[in-house]
Amino acid sequence: MTRRGFIITIVKGAALAALPAGALKVLSPSEVMAAIKETPVLWGFVVDTYKCVGCGLCVKACKQENEIPLEVPVSRTWVERYIILKDGRVLIDSPHAGANGFTSQKVNNIEVNPENIAKAFFVPKLCNQCENPPCVQVCPVGATYKTTDGVILIDRKWCIGCGYCIQSCPYGARFFNPILRVAEKCTFCYHRISQGMKTACVDACPFGARQIGNLKDRNDPVTKIIQNERVSVLKDAFGTKPQVYYIGMDENVR
Amino acid sequence: MVHGAEWTTKELFTYPNEYIYWTIQIVMYPLMTGFVAGAFVLSSLYHVFGQKDIKDLAKFSLVFSFALLIVAPMPLLFHLQQPQRNTEVFFTPHFTSAIAAFGMVYLIYMMIVAAEVWFVYRKHFVEQAIALIGKGGLINFVNRLIFNLLTLGAYDIGEQAVHKDEKLIKVLAGIGIPVAFFLHGYAGFIFGSVKANALWTTPLMPIIFIMSAVVSGVALCMVTYIVIMEWKKFRAKKKHEDQVSVEIKGAEVDVIRKTSKYLIAAMIAAMTLEMLDLVFRGYTAMKSWDILRSVIYGKDFFNIFVLQYLCGNLIPFILLLIPGLTIRRAVIATLLVLLGVFMMRWNVVIGGQAFSNSYAGYMHYSMPIIPHNLEAFKEGAAGALVIAILPFVFFWFFNKFAPSLKFKRDNNE
Ligand code: SF4
Ligand code: SF4
Repeated sequence: MTRRGFIITIVKGAALAALPAGALKVLSPSEVMAAIKETPVLWGFVVDTYKCVGCGLCVKACKQENEIPLEVPVSRTWVERYIILKDGRVLIDSPHAGANGFTSQKVNNIEVNPENIAKAFFVPKLCNQCENPPCVQVCPVGATYKTTDGVILIDRKWCIGCGYCIQSCPYGARFFNPILRVAEKCTFCYHRISQGMKTACVDACPFGARQIGNLKDRNDPVTKIIQNERVSVLKDAFGTKPQVYYIGMDENVR
Repeated sequence: MVHGAEWTTKELFTYPNEYIYWTIQIVMYPLMTGFVAGAFVLSSLYHVFGQKDIKDLAKFSLVFSFALLIVAPMPLLFHLQQPQRNTEVFFTPHFTSAIAAFGMVYLIYMMIVAAEVWFVYRKHFVEQAIALIGKGGLINFVNRLIFNLLTLGAYDIGEQAVHKDEKLIKVLAGIGIPVAFFLHGYAGFIFGSVKANALWTTPLMPIIFIMSAVVSGVALCMVTYIVIMEWKKFRAKKKHEDQVSVEIKGAEVDVIRKTSKYLIAAMIAAMTLEMLDLVFRGYTAMKSWDILRSVIYGKDFFNIFVLQYLCGNLIPFILLLIPGLTIRRAVIATLLVLLGVFMMRWNVVIGGQAFSNSYAGYMHYSMPIIPHNLEAFKEGAAGALVIAILPFVFFWFFNKFAPSLKFKRDNNE
């Protein structure tokens, strides 16, 4: 065998040896679905913090739509109030997830003098439907999964209630459903958006602070905002790749 | 009421959905798997590495480790919100999840330990089954049935067969060590891989857990062994006060001294790793360090530095190091070590949830003492106590069929 022939054989052999490794790759159900048919939809969300006034109507609407009792303090979506004082201190609160609005001048039982406030704003939050969701990764029984259109859902009949996903979400988006006793979180109102409706919170917001759209549609207003304006996501460093984008984010937002 | 609200108090800003979701049972869970792993390693010191001078303790550790193993996953059952669905972990495992993998490793490990126990006691089972032949009475009948079942039909106790058993024991004990480490390393990985939690997320977590597992298992076996042996001696003395001929052996100080050397070595490794972790966090001072520092040096100072490091590490370390170790001193030291290991688990599990993921607030866990409802029982002091007592009950039961303790002095050995 010539040296050249020998090298060619080696290369061929290596290529053959490498083939099965690739061929044996285990595909997740969503990958299989995506391989069969590329879905035309990827859900994305935009929150304009300049527009939010902290009325809490979105939280109330969400709780009603998704049957989370109003009186329990957990919620699929919530609104945080940030008050940055002139001396640099940052006060944050979200009483009752912000469902009743923010009418008190007290933050965590501290009376705030409006004179001392440098800036103040509201930040609505919800599940980020992360592209790389740690909550899906850790579920021991696969009860939490990602749909082809990018929404993370929970199988309520399959969840064993271990709470691992709750621990793994950096955003505090998850909790135990107080009635069903399984993991619970925002689903972008999947039952509504898949029927051509908007989410309950988007419909409830009188100021247009919340918008939902299809990120695969270049003409969708939400896609346009993300493409053309300066937006940011929460806790980028965790590598979760959130699909909820914020306009007017402040460095103090946690 | 929402899960967690019963025992969580919040301070300053936490996300509305944040509660202490992992409570005392998740403290008990790594504690128990740690005991299992440590006890097994101790027994392997004799079976694999031929440390003959700890033979008695090693035999006891093996059976005790099996009893602990049965209890190890029970805290999870107490803690699940849907415990009736627990088998799904085996039927639909999701392999990117550390907990799902734990289930598999646990089953494999269980088979190894069960097989080892069986090989060690096979001869005994056969002997008992044969000895009971022809004896009347219901109890004898039931016992004979059980022993016959336990032999699994292998009645050959000829020299060759027994020799083969011994070889297999060695192999099983040898395989068991890495699997035991793996089992407990996985428990550490469950925490270490949660990137959302600033306290948990470190690649050191599995190794820290393995080291402290060895510490805890050795300490628990030592103290249990001493207590049982001394109790038997005490009882026997009372019964046969005039019969000097009945000599009952208590725990032998040589065995304890030798074992304490292993304990000290494991303690040094565990402490070094934990210190490294702490120093590294302070030195690199990532964004989360401000809140971590306020928890470690502030809110949890007593739990971490007084209970865990001082009472649970430093004092017993010195007690064990002072020459001329006595049984009594060993008991005090090992009990303190157990306190230290429990506090380490507590400080990781509860301490890791003591601060909000917003880094702007704190949460406090008040463990329910009085079990006024099912939730408060399961995830409170009472539930933890049940878990803590069960291994001893199981051991007592197993020991009836696989006697691992030798009370009489036997001059043939
Ligand atoms: S925000 Fe939390 S719950 Fe939602 S997908 Fe991301 S990690 Fe999962
Ligand atoms: S709580 Fe339910 S959804 Fe969450 S990780 Fe556990 S089994 Fe999966």
